[in-house]
Amino acid sequence: MKVLAALSGGVDSAVAAARAVDAGHDVTAVHLALSRNPQSHRTGARGCCTIEDSNDAFRAADMLGAPFYVWDLSSEFQEKVIEDFISEYAAGRTPNPCLRCNESIKFEAVLDRAMALGFDSVCTGHYAQIFSGPNGPELHRAIDPLKDQSYVLGVLTEEQIAHSMFPLGDSTKVEVRAEADRRGILVAAKPDSHDICFIPDGDTAGWLSRQIESVPGEVIDVETGNKVGTHAGAHAFTVGQRRGLALGNPTGDGERRYVVDVDVKNNLVMVGPPVLLDIDVIEAIKPRWAGPLPSNGQSIHVQIRAHGDALPATVHFGEDLITIQLEEHLRGLAAGQAAVMYDGTRVIGSATVSRSRRSATV
Amino acid sequence: MYPEAVAAMTNLLAQPGNPSSLHASGRRARRLVEESREKVAKALGSRSAEVVFTAGGTEANNIAVKGIAWDQRKKEPQRTRIIAGSTEHHAILDPVEWLVESEGFSVTWVKSDTYGLITPDALREAIGPDSSDVAVITIMLANNEVGTVNDIIALTAVAREHGIRFHTDAVQAPAWLELNFADLGVCAMTVSAHKVGGPHGIGALVISRDCHVTPLIHGGGQERDVRSGTLDTPAIVSFATALEISKARRTETVARVRIMRDDLVRRVQEIAPEAIYNGSIESRLVNNAHFTFPGCLGDSLLMLLDAQGVECSVGSACNAGVPQPSHVLLAMGADRDAARSTLRFTLGHSTTQTDIDALIVALPSAIDRAKRAGMPTLTSAPVRV
Repeated sequence: MKVLAALSGGVDSAVAAARAVDAGHDVTAVHLALSRNPQSHRTGARGCCTIEDSNDAFRAADMLGAPFYVWDLSSEFQEKVIEDFISEYAAGRTPNPCLRCNESIKFEAVLDRAMALGFDSVCTGHYAQIFSGPNGPELHRAIDPLKDQSYVLGVLTEEQIAHSMFPLGDSTKVEVRAEADRRGILVAAKPDSHDICFIPDGDTAGWLSRQIESVPGEVIDVETGNKVGTHAGAHAFTVGQRRGLALGNPTGDGERRYVVDVDVKNNLVMVGPPVLLDIDVIEAIKPRWAGPLPSNGQSIHVQIRAHGDALPATVHFGEDLITIQLEEHLRGLAAGQAAVMYDGTRVIGSATVSRSRRSATV
Repeated sequence: MYPEAVAAMTNLLAQPGNPSSLHASGRRARRLVEESREKVAKALGSRSAEVVFTAGGTEANNIAVKGIAWDQRKKEPQRTRIIAGSTEHHAILDPVEWLVESEGFSVTWVKSDTYGLITPDALREAIGPDSSDVAVITIMLANNEVGTVNDIIALTAVAREHGIRFHTDAVQAPAWLELNFADLGVCAMTVSAHKVGGPHGIGALVISRDCHVTPLIHGGGQERDVRSGTLDTPAIVSFATALEISKARRTETVARVRIMRDDLVRRVQEIAPEAIYNGSIESRLVNNAHFTFPGCLGDSLLMLLDAQGVECSVGSACNAGVPQPSHVLLAMGADRDAARSTLRFTLGHSTTQTDIDALIVALPSAIDRAKRAGMPTLTSAPVRV
């Protein structure tokens, strides 16, 4: 197969590409330039797409004997990931930009262009597995539970999965690092990248406050309706958050208050006791399916964070939304988060949380 | 590289001798350097004392632009404006922009016409009614992307009316054009060995004796106090050898390459009638063919042709390797999509008709696929003019 390997300049994508070469594929490497003003290098685990990363990717490709090119996707990234991230926060939701990037950049813009240029498949260093099943290709969790990235790939459609290659899914990170070292890949010891790549200092709230106008407003106790404090800007708060509330007016019951809702329209941060964070019904929109749709009422597992637990649930189809009924309560779920549904290790699909609540019967 | 230039260089690599040393080995090396300087001067129509060896064209351009600007401002503090062509190579653009950003100079970019030509009228317009603030004018002799050749003699005549120093980046020219430093009327001219079949990393600034520069690099003053650093004797000898051969064979090479280039252009236009042949028809380097392929991203074409063994170029890449819309095409009035849809085919003295045929075979499917891959959204690269 003609394979386009996306090389970030890190260990995982380099080993993934090396395995694709070993498997006999005709591999061409691309580095995706996602930043308009790349830094010359990064320190530690944050940030990405520096000139040093591009050079590391070039050296890795060179060692594999793969031609190497840089694709400039900074405009798409700005528009579809960064601006989406800002507008979601501005609307009081909590998005996951990695999912958005996989959905609209890596497995759409890149994959589409690769297909048009005559490639059969796009190979990345994501930890996930693709098996061929009775109904087509299936996306499964990686064997390394610490590295499993099937959650952030939950937005991939069956068609996208059919043209994707994740050679690392059957290995642990430790094995991959050892293999990189054995292969002489120079970035073997490079730190893993974490957090949000376009916020290099890791201070998401600070970064958002420079993008979204901060208007001070009131913090309201949802049970009493009383004003219990002020905030510097509602978008800096997310459901389930306790730190940074600085409530100067402790409640009588002595219980800590958490953000239970962010009302961007009225610039209010609603707080309440933790029990109000307990929900068991998730309403979600914009589903994307990795294969055949589940049946109405099917038992599934749902994951709502990149490294969260898979929670037993049933899925129900409504008119224009999906309802996921959890078997147990879940504490703290914000609108905008992605709910990824699993059948065992297989990804069924994903949807964006629009609302969560407690079912009337509980 | 010409085999003779390779031999000249490799034969000398093991020989001891710093040309600045006073002992016998040093004097031997010095003789080789000075003989080479004379050869380079002869080939370029200058006096040998005017040849200052540098580590390539970029360094020579930096010495000229920064060095003349600094020197002129030191002598006449109101001279803080640089006039530069809008189609210059990054080795000019970047030093000029640095002088503006960090040294308090201003810049007036000289407009190009739609063929990439900088005309005397455009230079006059850029100079404006008051030239007393101009420190230096720099306009390239031949463009590295579209191959357009400027009439430097006509341009320096304009500069002379105002008594302004004039530098030209002639890196693209000596292999293909007869150059005579004295006749051009410039006070400084950049050349580079690797464009005439010599090694990378060596070049020269030809600079008249009365054109003073403030040096960039201090430490020994080996080259007329304009440039410091131990001279690279093997590279200098190799450069001079290549320049001499290239000049001796130029008439034959130019005639042969012109036939192949014209054949390439004709056949590309047959395959892709919608392709736009950029640059000047008459005033152009014979080894350059530059096209816009509407709807095809230049780097898609490059990747597809590369896979077929055909090596060509898009405009330029930033230091992360990101292809940028060509500033030359933008300066020529192309829109930003067109400026990203270009491909340059450059021929050399070693190009054969088989190379041209291979390109013509590979091109139709590359255009077809690149069209299907489409044009991703525009990036926000700075627009210069």
